[in-house]
Amino acid sequence: MGAVFSSLFARLWGSKDVRILILGLDGAGKTTILYRMQIGEVVTTIPTIGFNVETVTYKNIKFQVWDLGGQTSIRPYWRCYYANTDAVIYVIDSADRDRISTSKEELMAMLEEEELRDAALLVFANKQDLDGAMSVTEVSEFLGLTALKMRTWTIFKCSAKTGEGLTEGLDWLVNVVQGGKK
Amino acid sequence: MASKKSDIDGDDTLFGSLDKATVVQEARAFNESPINPKKCRLILTKIVYLLHQGQTYQTQEATDTFFSISKLFQNSDVSLRQMVYLAIKELSGSAESVFFLTASLTKDMNSRSDLIYRPNAIRALCKITDASTMQSNERFIKQSIVDKKPDVSSAAIISAIHLSSLNREVVKRWANEAQEAINSKGVITQYHALGLLYLMRQHDRMAVIKMVQNYARGSLRSPHAIVMLIRYTWKIIEEDDSGSSRQLFEYLENWLRHKSDMVVYEAARAICSLKDVTPKELFPAVSALQLMIVSHKPTLRFAAIRTLNKLAMTHPNAVFPCNLDMENLITDSNRSIATFAITTLLKTGNEASVDRLMKQISSFMSEISDEFKIIVVDAVRALCLKFPSKQTLMLNFLSGALRDDGGYQFKSAIVEAIFDIIHSIPESKEFALSHLCEFIEDCEFPKLAVRILHVLGAEGPHASSPTKYIRFIYNRVILETSIVRAAAVSALAQFAVYLVDARERIKVLLDRCTDDSDDEVRDRAAMYLRILNEQDLATKYIADDSTFALAALENNLDHYLKTPASFSRPFDIKNVPVVSKEQEQADRQRAQAAARDRAATGQAAPAASAAAAAVPASVSEAAAAAASPFDAQSIYAKAMERVPQIAALGPLYKSSSPVELTDPVTEYIVTCIKHVFPQHFVFQFECKNTLNDSLLENVTVVMKMQPSDDPDAAGLKPEFVVRAEKLAFDIPASVYVVYRRLGGVTPTAEFTNTLQFIVKDCDPNTGEPDEEGFEEDYLVEDVEIVVGDYIQPTYVPDFERAWAELGDTHQVVETYALTAVTSIRSAVSTVMDLLGMQALDNSSAVKENATTHQLHLAGTYVGGIPVAVRARMAFNPSTGVAMEMAVRSRHPVVSQRVANAIQ
Repeated sequence: MGAVFSSLFARLWGSKDVRILILGLDGAGKTTILYRMQIGEVVTTIPTIGFNVETVTYKNIKFQVWDLGGQTSIRPYWRCYYANTDAVIYVIDSADRDRISTSKEELMAMLEEEELRDAALLVFANKQDLDGAMSVTEVSEFLGLTALKMRTWTIFKCSAKTGEGLTEGLDWLVNVVQGGKK
Repeated sequence: MASKKSDIDGDDTLFGSLDKATVVQEARAFNESPINPKKCRLILTKIVYLLHQGQTYQTQEATDTFFSISKLFQNSDVSLRQMVYLAIKELSGSAESVFFLTASLTKDMNSRSDLIYRPNAIRALCKITDASTMQSNERFIKQSIVDKKPDVSSAAIISAIHLSSLNREVVKRWANEAQEAINSKGVITQYHALGLLYLMRQHDRMAVIKMVQNYARGSLRSPHAIVMLIRYTWKIIEEDDSGSSRQLFEYLENWLRHKSDMVVYEAARAICSLKDVTPKELFPAVSALQLMIVSHKPTLRFAAIRTLNKLAMTHPNAVFPCNLDMENLITDSNRSIATFAITTLLKTGNEASVDRLMKQISSFMSEISDEFKIIVVDAVRALCLKFPSKQTLMLNFLSGALRDDGGYQFKSAIVEAIFDIIHSIPESKEFALSHLCEFIEDCEFPKLAVRILHVLGAEGPHASSPTKYIRFIYNRVILETSIVRAAAVSALAQFAVYLVDARERIKVLLDRCTDDSDDEVRDRAAMYLRILNEQDLATKYIADDSTFALAALENNLDHYLKTPASFSRPFDIKNVPVVSKEQEQADRQRAQAAARDRAATGQAAPAASAAAAAVPASVSEAAAAAASPFDAQSIYAKAMERVPQIAALGPLYKSSSPVELTDPVTEYIVTCIKHVFPQHFVFQFECKNTLNDSLLENVTVVMKMQPSDDPDAAGLKPEFVVRAEKLAFDIPASVYVVYRRLGGVTPTAEFTNTLQFIVKDCDPNTGEPDEEGFEEDYLVEDVEIVVGDYIQPTYVPDFERAWAELGDTHQVVETYALTAVTSIRSAVSTVMDLLGMQALDNSSAVKENATTHQLHLAGTYVGGIPVAVRARMAFNPSTGVAMEMAVRSRHPVVSQRVANAIQ
């Protein structure tokens, strides 16, 4: 396993940007997270028809972040953007218990994709500021993350609104990119 | 921008041998990271270039390319982004799921105000918007319309104009924004905003008037916008019949004093093209144009003189004051201006100035293009018809032009002009013919030579010294190609028939032609030699002045060729109506003159093309525009051929003229046309829905036959109905009701008719119907089959002989007392209407107070049975018209039927 990753990181460590996808169901907070990371503010968003792409510089690494819309009609197009992806940020609305299973299905289908075989996975359990939000452990269990094999992954609780947890996530990404172990 | 540059200097080096597959391969570079903007821009240019070269991308290919392009949004290079937009716009038509870029585009159009590509983003967004995404993009477009930057605002307004075809209602909500944009400081933005406002209000006359009044008071600074406003104003005045909008005329007049040439010209042009403009109103406009024709700017001079030229066709006197200035334009270095000047002068000039003008024209004829030469020739033709005494001068000019170099169109125009002059000014005949003779001596266009030879054959024998033409004609036989030789042989035969003295000598010439190397020439010569030996044949074939109605003949032949089953029997010429040559020619000329008039007033193009473009256009309207009833019939036939069940009925024998079954102002207008087919009778109900808030579906007509005393009526059996699937507002559609005529019976009958349909309410603006509809009946007037529906008018050159030939074996004589009519004249027209036959020997013309009259009619009954009618009438003020009608045919039943037709 180590050999696989070292070659991956060698590729990442070149001059090129790190390519990140933010995925998740509609209304999970993907766009808000993207702009919170980029400009550090909470912006008003509308449902994303299509995608947003921004460059986020963190700790001297340029992340090229693609935030793809999460509506049912748009999900089929995610795959058009899988190629050359270094890491996927998967965003969960922790307060939406009804659709967590849908979210799991989408996540699993995505991880099956050949093109994302080498991509690291960062799950954000978002909306922790809301009452009744599921805890990280709950979300992790629902998604069955522990069963993942051959995958560098982690899960953080976060709130795009307060900014909680985002830095940790980014730090983890930097770490993975630079080849360090978690 | 990048593409433009490459297009110009790199057409064959860079893009010369581009291959689509290679380019699509190259597009993979878009997936690379980091992106090389320069390289990607070049690839995008290639993609767009190929599209412009006519290459098409398959849906899958386009979609794949489209999605790869979307990846370029990660790079913020400005030039690359602009190119991306261009490519998106081009691919948006063929790719799927284009809405996927919505978020990216809306972000760009709302980004920092100094970004150069914001207008590009708006335009691209408009292309990828469909009805479903329109609502969500509405906010952004509204916002952009009122943007401070004129280019952004303009782009948004233009997009709104395009989007209104997608959803008019949504766009209508943007009126406030459009109004605000009119106050923009951008000159072009004002113009666009006005266009958008008009688009929203164009169906509301009062709103347009208010808009004109509002902005005519000088709040517009953009001359372009004012020009648009002038056009709207013109349209209101032009479409208004009540004259109430005349107050708007003042605005037009005020604009004549505007400081921008553009506005002044447009106002002048608008005034000049108003349909019922008075000389007093024209005066200031013409003065404005007069100032322009002495301007130093060639475009102004050209525009002004062209408008004056058009005006001169309708109001020559109004243009008269400009004559002096126009004469100076004859020497203008711009030949187009000079040509317009001269043709205008020809229209406004008086007889005295004609000589001088003609001299000036001759001096520059060689310097202008054929297209303008044709304009000049047309003007000379008109002038000649106006001043017949100048015909020698004109003919000299025309024959001079014939000798000059020029293409077929030009030469053909001259020859047409000369034919016209021969036709209208009999004194010119000999002189004109000699010019034509001279021309065919050295004519490079066989088509023209053939036409001239035909005219020589038709006119030459009646000239004062006909024999001199024979020499010219025979020269053609010796020197020309085969089609000209054949035409010459025919012309010679004409001379031989009419000139008894020269007949023997002409026969010698024809005899020589039988040795010709060409079959057609030999055949014609041999045939004519045979015919000339028998006076009867000669009058029948050469001096015959009847001809077939060509449109009908073409239709019948066409139908014959399309039904191989009928090949066992020869083509039946008897079903083709016969007309006199004179009538045929008169019809053609009327059509031509009408076409010329329309072309002259500049309305032909839109009118004609609109008619051609609108496929479901009203058949009867098109038919009404046709030159003759036979042309109308062929238009019906073409329409019916598109209905497979009806096409199977065989060739159309006769179509009646349309009968209105409703008032012209009711909700549904229904017109009935009756068609006779060999074994069927077809009623075509042409329906038009005049309610813009309803949609009729499944439209049919229920016909009920009234009890009839005609025993044959039982032979009329309903066969099938071709329904009209839908009848939308203002788009006519036809319902066909088909009856079989068992055993080919030809009954008369009367029917009541009810229109049945499902009506659905619909939105007057979008035409979207409601789901639910309800059935409705609509009673229309009765329709009647008369004997005349079965009879084709036929022209017979010699009625007495035809009458005698038919013999009196099956003659039927009936006498009638026509008490309802008040004069012989109305009796004649009633009889002709009922019988649908051709009047002969000019017997349809009746003097106002005639007390006796003899009417001769000829026709062909369905099945190709010739019928002749001789009706003697006498008028007595106290008892009305007494008529004795004798009918002859070879068929007793037919004679009886025709005789009983009058009721």
